Amino acid sequence: MDPTITQIDKGDTAWMLVSTALVMLMTPGLALFYGGMVRSKNILGTIMQSFVSLAVVTIVWVLWGYTLAFGPDIGSLIGGLDYLGLNGVGMTPGPYGTTVPHYVFMAFQLMFAIITPALITGAFAERFKFSTYLFFLVIWVTVVYCPLAHWVWGGGWIGAKLGALDFAGGLVVHISSGAAALAAALMVGKRKDYGQKPMPPHNLVLTLLGAALLWFGWFGFNAGSALASDGLASSAFVVTHIATAAALLGWLFAEWMYKKKPTALGAASGAVAGLVAITPAAGFVGPMASIAIGAVAGILCYMAVNLKSILRYDDSLDVVGVHGVGGTWGAIATGIFAATASLSAQFISVIVAWVFAFTLTVIILKILDMTMGLRVTEEGENIGLDLCEHGERGYTS
Amino acid sequence: MNDLVDQINQADTVWILISSALVLLMTPGLALFYGGMVRRKNVLGTIMHSFIAMGVATVVWVLYGYSLAFGPDIGHVIGNLTWAGLAGVGLEPNPTYSATVPHQAFMLFQMMFAIITPALITGAFAERFKFKTYILFLVLWLTFVYAPIVHWVWGENGWLRNMGVLDFAGGLVVHISSGAAALAAALMVGKRKDYSTVPMPPHNLVLTILGTGLLWFGWFGFNGGSSLAANATAVNAIVVTHISSAFAAISWMIVEWIHRKKPTVLGAATGAVAGLASITPAAGFVGPTAAIIVGLVAGMICYVAVNFKTIFGYDDTLDVVGVHGVGSTWGMIATGLFAVEASLDAQFTGVIVTWIFAFVATLVIMKVLDLTLGLRVSEEGENIGLDLCEHGERGYTI
Amino acid sequence: MKKIEAIIKPFKLEEVRKALDEIDVNGITITEVKGSGRQKGIKEVYRGAEYHIPFIQKIKMEIVVNDDMVDKVISVVQDKAQTGNIGDGKIFVSNIEEVIRIRTGERGLTAI
Repeated sequence: MDPTITQIDKGDTAWMLVSTALVMLMTPGLALFYGGMVRSKNILGTIMQSFVSLAVVTIVWVLWGYTLAFGPDIGSLIGGLDYLGLNGVGMTPGPYGTTVPHYVFMAFQLMFAIITPALITGAFAERFKFSTYLFFLVIWVTVVYCPLAHWVWGGGWIGAKLGALDFAGGLVVHISSGAAALAAALMVGKRKDYGQKPMPPHNLVLTLLGAALLWFGWFGFNAGSALASDGLASSAFVVTHIATAAALLGWLFAEWMYKKKPTALGAASGAVAGLVAITPAAGFVGPMASIAIGAVAGILCYMAVNLKSILRYDDSLDVVGVHGVGGTWGAIATGIFAATASLSAQFISVIVAWVFAFTLTVIILKILDMTMGLRVTEEGENIGLDLCEHGERGYTS
Repeated sequence: MNDLVDQINQADTVWILISSALVLLMTPGLALFYGGMVRRKNVLGTIMHSFIAMGVATVVWVLYGYSLAFGPDIGHVIGNLTWAGLAGVGLEPNPTYSATVPHQAFMLFQMMFAIITPALITGAFAERFKFKTYILFLVLWLTFVYAPIVHWVWGENGWLRNMGVLDFAGGLVVHISSGAAALAAALMVGKRKDYSTVPMPPHNLVLTILGTGLLWFGWFGFNGGSSLAANATAVNAIVVTHISSAFAAISWMIVEWIHRKKPTVLGAATGAVAGLASITPAAGFVGPTAAIIVGLVAGMICYVAVNFKTIFGYDDTLDVVGVHGVGSTWGMIATGLFAVEASLDAQFTGVIVTWIFAFVATLVIMKVLDLTLGLRVSEEGENIGLDLCEHGERGYTI
Repeated sequence: MKKIEAIIKPFKLEEVRKALDEIDVNGITITEVKGSGRQKGIKEVYRGAEYHIPFIQKIKMEIVVNDDMVDKVISVVQDKAQTGNIGDGKIFVSNIEEVIRIRTGERGLTAI
């Protein structure tokens, strides 16, 4: 028997398989979270942007994405093409997660690659062209996500040389999608009649259900990032839950004081902000630090979301305010609370992730704008994405 | 590395982590289960009662709740504050509670129970309770009702545990305590405005069914995880949990079919939850045949209990007393009947003590809150609904 | 024959219906509607964004009765739908030229 197979730990493998499934469930969770917040004429279009990511990114990941991110390092910048088409990725443990089959690690990471571009879609909800979005997915995952994942986790310069800590994707998932969302909101422009007509969420029950599924799935996201079912996984799980609870309360009380009512949408948003903020820190901090990280995240993200109306860009579902700002706070908090972290390395990595993801996304969207166009027609926006892009309606009562 | 850390079993740890995630999901499941049964104008307010418990109960548990419940014993009635702020609750196992998983994992699993228990009570005062008061209620109830009961039943040297009361996954701790508290709450808060003169049908049963599905799914972690290891007891617990739930759904449906001529979807869903609540104390101790009886009887008596509500005239809006209180009382007694190691006397004592303590303590808490913050929203607020009056939002804008 | 259209607060519907039932008026059509009047809408806040919602949800009742019933119906609706607060709604009365029962083809008063 191949000696490497005997290293496989059944407990670890079971945990990583379950975690992979949990992270997969986050993307439909996100679809509902976002879907409830748009107007009813755009519900399917919004859900589709997350749903189709499950398919498109999977294909990209299998063909070339995984090897770019996690293939053997070339100059600390990108992975080599050894794992092209998952060549050589099999049932024996690979260089990551030495007690689980390489397949499992690849699948676990795939789920991260799926949800990250789906997060961005909140910035251009209710107006983006579906055909352009498909190209955006392929290009963004290839030129933004894969390099960043490689730098931080795949043996690239941020993780291996700079020594910045990112346990489960504060840089790779949340800052990258937050920065991309800012670029996208600026490039795509505001929704028609934004700021003139009220555009309240059409179904907050969906949003709360989505938030709950995100919370549930996030246990796989953070605790699964331990890559084993050990004490570290338990600890990551515990602090993830605590930070989320603290952030939920932080957002709610901030809102209560400032706007006089504690809202259900605020509770859901606060929970997500806490999940985002604890992500980079989950493996490195204890329960009391996680209360601080969460509470600050809730208040900070609430303020950031309110700032939007002053800065006047239309980040429709607050990806910048929640993921960008929350992820940034989390990365810095890791520097503050984690014993092994260097604050300067955390700062540098945050700035690099912001600048890189922002700039590249601007370029990608500029090219797509000149070739395919970014937005649906004005008429399409009036009748809604569901009918104009997909020829369906979400509700037919 | 010390010896305790070496004892950590990876498979057991996986199972407790997964079970914790599953039990957490039950609370949003409950939110939908309840949310679908209220009127449209209260859907967010009702969901928020559960959702906010995930925040408040977590913080209480971390700061001092876990220590009160499971910390070193004081006089068999409460834990001391040694573990406040989770001090000393680390990654090495605590052999008293679970020798093969990190202590934090055990704490986490128990935290999810502390979240859902007060959320269950909210069904009794749905559509009229003041949000501000509710937050304080959560803190007080967890501190003065939940933590002591947990300590008595599961804590090291707790007096009910020492007496030999068997409660596998929370028949006393979760379901009878919330059922008794719900009865107290329904009496103290009073009926909804226009209750029994205006029909108040559920606004969205699809949500209720989805919620039931998530509860059923999550309950496998609730009962299966309570073995605290990935072992044969866990398998048994999941098997009997599922069987009881299925039989209770069917028996409720059949009784209703005979009594009211139609089998309802809401009835099947409620029956399933009754079966889950009933098997909870017994799950680790009884086999499949006993589970069939537990489920069959649960569906019938809970149906009767829920229908009795109209005779007594209190407004336990979403039937917490009839389903959780009555169901789990039956489950505790059934444990005495079917579990070989159980004593029927001890089971009865546990049931009576928990009913009385939770009922009286909840009455006192409610009285204090009534005198200070007030329990109900204004009449005008009740008219326009909790969503707009308490949260400034609407659930649906289609 | 007259048609009485009443715009009322949603939670008042059941009270009004019962009172109408007591004076043997059972033919009622209701619609969930939105409208604006002196109540001037409400404020809702979503993630910090404040929205002024100009149209408020109401129930529109439509009742067709014989002329001699009109005043009775109006007084019942006014009595039961009143809270004394702003936004209680309005009652409109108009003429109806013809009523036909689809099942039998009856016309006029007997068809109501």
